[in-house]
Amino acid sequence: MSSGAHLKFVSSNRRVREDRRFVAGQGRYVADVALEGLLHVAVLPSQHPAARIVSINTAEAMKMPGVHYVLTGEELAKATEPLMNGLDTPNVRRFPLAVGQVRYAGEWVVAVVAESRAQAEDAAEKVKVEYEPLPYVIDSEEAYSPSSPPVHAEHGSNLLLDKTFVWGEVDKHFAESPRHLSFRVVWGRNSTVPIETFGVAAKWDPWREILDVWASIQMPKFADQIARSLRIPLNNVRVHNDVDVGGSYGVKRGIKQSVIVSHLARRLGRPVRLIEDRLDNMRAGDAHGPDRMFDVEVAFNDDGIVKSMKMRALDNVGAYAGRSPFQLGKPIGAIVGPYKIQSVKYHAVAVTSNKAAQEAVRGFGQAPTNYAIETAIDKVAAAVGLDRIEVRRRNFIRAEEFPYLIPSGTHYDSGDYHAVVAKVLAHADYEGLMRERDELRASGLCAGIGISACLEPSGGNSAFEPLLNEKNTTSTWMESCRINVDGLGFVTATIHTPSSGQGHETLAATVIGEVLQIDPDQIRIVRPDTLSSLPSNSPVGSRMAIMLGGAAFHAAQKLKAKIVRLAAHQFGCAENDVVYEGGTVSNAASKKKLTWAEHVTIAHRNFHLLPEGMEPGLEVTHVMQVPTGTQLPKDGRVQMYPCHSFEFHLVLVAFDPEIGKPTIRRYVIGHDCGTVINPRIVKGMTLGGIAHGIGASLLEEFVYDSEGQMLTQSFMDYLLPSSHEVPHVEIVHHCTPSPFTVFGQKGSGESGYLGAPAAISGAINDAVAPLGISFAKLPIRIAAVSDAIAAAKDENKNKEKA
Amino acid sequence: MKVKLNINGQQREADVEPRKTLLDTLREDFLLVGSHAGCEHGVCGACTVLIDGEASRSCLMFAVQADGYEITTIEGLAPAPGELSVVQDAFCETHGLQCGYCTPGMILAGHALLERNDSPTREDIVEAISGNICRCTGYGQIVEAIEFAADRLRKANTPRGGRS
Repeated sequence: MSSGAHLKFVSSNRRVREDRRFVAGQGRYVADVALEGLLHVAVLPSQHPAARIVSINTAEAMKMPGVHYVLTGEELAKATEPLMNGLDTPNVRRFPLAVGQVRYAGEWVVAVVAESRAQAEDAAEKVKVEYEPLPYVIDSEEAYSPSSPPVHAEHGSNLLLDKTFVWGEVDKHFAESPRHLSFRVVWGRNSTVPIETFGVAAKWDPWREILDVWASIQMPKFADQIARSLRIPLNNVRVHNDVDVGGSYGVKRGIKQSVIVSHLARRLGRPVRLIEDRLDNMRAGDAHGPDRMFDVEVAFNDDGIVKSMKMRALDNVGAYAGRSPFQLGKPIGAIVGPYKIQSVKYHAVAVTSNKAAQEAVRGFGQAPTNYAIETAIDKVAAAVGLDRIEVRRRNFIRAEEFPYLIPSGTHYDSGDYHAVVAKVLAHADYEGLMRERDELRASGLCAGIGISACLEPSGGNSAFEPLLNEKNTTSTWMESCRINVDGLGFVTATIHTPSSGQGHETLAATVIGEVLQIDPDQIRIVRPDTLSSLPSNSPVGSRMAIMLGGAAFHAAQKLKAKIVRLAAHQFGCAENDVVYEGGTVSNAASKKKLTWAEHVTIAHRNFHLLPEGMEPGLEVTHVMQVPTGTQLPKDGRVQMYPCHSFEFHLVLVAFDPEIGKPTIRRYVIGHDCGTVINPRIVKGMTLGGIAHGIGASLLEEFVYDSEGQMLTQSFMDYLLPSSHEVPHVEIVHHCTPSPFTVFGQKGSGESGYLGAPAAISGAINDAVAPLGISFAKLPIRIAAVSDAIAAAKDENKNKEKA
Repeated sequence: MKVKLNINGQQREADVEPRKTLLDTLREDFLLVGSHAGCEHGVCGACTVLIDGEASRSCLMFAVQADGYEITTIEGLAPAPGELSVVQDAFCETHGLQCGYCTPGMILAGHALLERNDSPTREDIVEAISGNICRCTGYGQIVEAIEFAADRLRKANTPRGGRS
């Protein structure tokens, strides 16, 4: 189905229903869940990046006021299974509290339980831990070297993943191409850093054998992982999906925290809660993002056409594996960006180091990869002396070439990149923007234009799992919806995951209202707990417009079909001879009509009037498979996500060369995510993604010193963009519907973030290009800019003297 | 020790440790959980409340210091259950939020601005909310919300100066 004016609620500019409770301060976050007899946890961090734990003395802590228990890693490890690894690396064992050895500064060693968090913190200070320091490794290349001290001795090295893919005739294409260039860029370790830290509360009922869990979570198969770790049946775990999550953007996956409190709740027979404070969260919430070094080589011709690319991506995932190495796999689904690069050699390397563990971050590795690809295109343009936008246009896949198969096995669904770029350039007056840049330069400022064009793969399956781990046979990543029309005719629908601001209640209600032709505001949306839920894989991979929207659509279609069948039976005519309109079904020939209320009455009260074989009631469910990604990988190729949104960024940055603080003077983004379900939600995600990208490119980094200590542990050091740093952003819309989704929608949950860092980096590099310098590492901090400019000026002076 | 606090126009009493922050006291002793802990070191603004009408960090203030001031939390802004203030409604109109976690602080910061300036420029708004970090929205629709609220307040035919 394509987008169009025939849609009544979808794409219309409606309010977001969730907003009412939040503006009144009536959200219900995990810290707001009141539980009688609740105990509180504080954790004791390691001071060492690597050390053997010689002894732990908890005697004094146990005597402190209000203290109930002090849990060590050893006790917890005996009672639980290690946390899940994504790759087949059984000797990289991960427990919620350190066992025998600490592997990064800040790692949690003991958990203290007390009547209040303050008492637990007081007591944690009294725990005495004796350490014997061990060799450690922080730097990525050092960790990759076989001589580095392995973070997990049992694993034997720091190498988690070292896999080379060759898609197409790379050597031949390189040999044929007249020009090559190579470079290295580095994506600094940052994260989404939600304002709400991770938190979890658990309560064990031994008489009902139920573990209730409330968590600030955005994690596929969260309950499964708790059950496996605690060695209890999954139907003994009840995760409450109706907890509002105060931001996540990927990282809220506190499995270690959840295992700690779940174990403690069972051990102590009291509800137990762990809410990270900011320091816990920054240094050991295990929520850092990719920390990645790219070595890129491209083969191209004098017209700027890029034929082939070699990319080595080395990611420093920190002390434990989890799912984070998969962030090297997801970008394979868009490894050529929006370009017709014919062949790619991709060398993906993940190493362990004595840094905090990583977690999924918005885009799951796509934003760093896009930064590397876009840097390559900028460099090709410079090498052949062409405009950067012109080079992009020459390499873009053309609208008529979709569905387009990229070398790594994914079909891109649809797009019209040239149209989006043309719209943006017209809107922004590109010529005028270049004049403005030149005038700023003439006035003594550094000024530059940044450009990026990239894709947002969306609809999240999990095809990178079997691609990187042959033992993994995942080929479904379903999402579900149930709709029930009650005995009085009111509609209630379900979603089976918590949300962290994406507006899923609005999404589901809008789609169901559209199909059933009833006012979405009259539809109740509920979130059953996991024991009452249908299968869900949570809002990851920019998938919910496609997958929850799709599941709700199909469920509503089933409901409509049932109503039609029921009515046709009353009329004694064929189902094809009735018309459904606004809940009323009519038959033109007999002029018979059945209203919504009458369907409800028959379905709920008049079994004798139902067609043969029809179940009473008006209830339907739909479990939806991700479109297109139905097969396991073959020969290192796989169909990754089904849909591909496109974004094109155009940015003007200027700064004083002495101060080096970039001001974004103009920010225009062209955005095509197919049919938009709710324009306000999509706009917010795009603007928020750009703000996050500004942070990643200019401000945010988890910096470790050579002693293995993290330097940026608070918001005084880890700087988040405020309203002063984020400019007014102009969005230029375009709509190329996806052929694979019910309304033509694509994803937008990662929009803005996937291209902003590349564009801002490009703008700053354009600004300093006249000085003969460039920046190859993000974030490009103010101090780095002014220092590099001062050094370049000194060098130029020295050259003049010589 | 015992504190008497004037919260949302009501006198409330609690027995708290001297080291307990106003934020924790509001949340735990008075169950006003609309004020949120974000960084607890005075940067993010999720804990913002109004102290005598000024947007203030409740995580940087002890409850025992708050005696004698008029404290307004997000729970004190809605005129009646289920009814929103002009600023709250404006945030709904522009979708000036996503996850809602920074929202109470943002709305109180916007409310405080509009109480003293009913014709703020974009720069005034940016300045007023610059002590409140939002990770979801990139601030665009928050600025729009406050502009929209200002417009509606200017056009409203009601006396102002007190709580809206």
